[in-house]
Amino acid sequence: MDVLYFAWVRERIGVPRERVETGAQTVAQLVEELRAREPRYEAAFADLTALRVALDQDLADFDASLSGVREVAFFPPMTGG
Amino acid sequence: MRVVVQKEPFDLGAEANAFAAADTGMGAIVTFTGVVRDLAQGDLDVMEIEHYPGMTEKALTRIATEAQERWSLGDVLVIHRYGRLAPGDRIMMVATAAPHRKDAFEAAEYLMDYLKSRAPFWKKEITGTGAGWVAAKDEDEDALTRW
Repeated sequence: MDVLYFAWVRERIGVPRERVETGAQTVAQLVEELRAREPRYEAAFADLTALRVALDQDLADFDASLSGVREVAFFPPMTGG
Repeated sequence: MRVVVQKEPFDLGAEANAFAAADTGMGAIVTFTGVVRDLAQGDLDVMEIEHYPGMTEKALTRIATEAQERWSLGDVLVIHRYGRLAPGDRIMMVATAAPHRKDAFEAAEYLMDYLKSRAPFWKKEITGTGAGWVAAKDEDEDALTRW
């Protein structure tokens, strides 16, 4: 699936998007997989309360299923307006 | 309904005039405009706005649709910019048309409250001394509970 990062999450991980092959069933499992990869992921995902996630461009929870999902995005709370 | 996400500046007067002229059955037009503020007291050089292309349009359209379902409205307009903006630049505008002013005012406030916390935009302030992401405020999230 495609994993996208925005704002300081993008800056900490160092890329705006990447292709990730994963067997993770939920968002939380995907986060654990990424955190185990490299320190830059650990830095980005250290505090999940500071993060939001969208699945196929709809806001979702960290316990949501990844079944059928093509695009996952991680970002800080939004500051529009 | 018209939802626009663009890098370019928009003409507030022209947009408001065109919006108001489109439907003579509406007795009330409310517009709101957000402007880049220099919070760092003369130090802000650039406000950089990042967004999530695709999700942004989807989220704004959903928020505008919900406003039209909740209030007796005519048309709704949302314009939001992204990219590099300077202090004094207009970031975004919403306009609501309704037969009566209460619906137009309330719907505009609803649009603004949801747009702040549910539309995927992020602001970065670049000043003479560095750069930092603007943190979301608890009060903006709390504002959603009144709806």
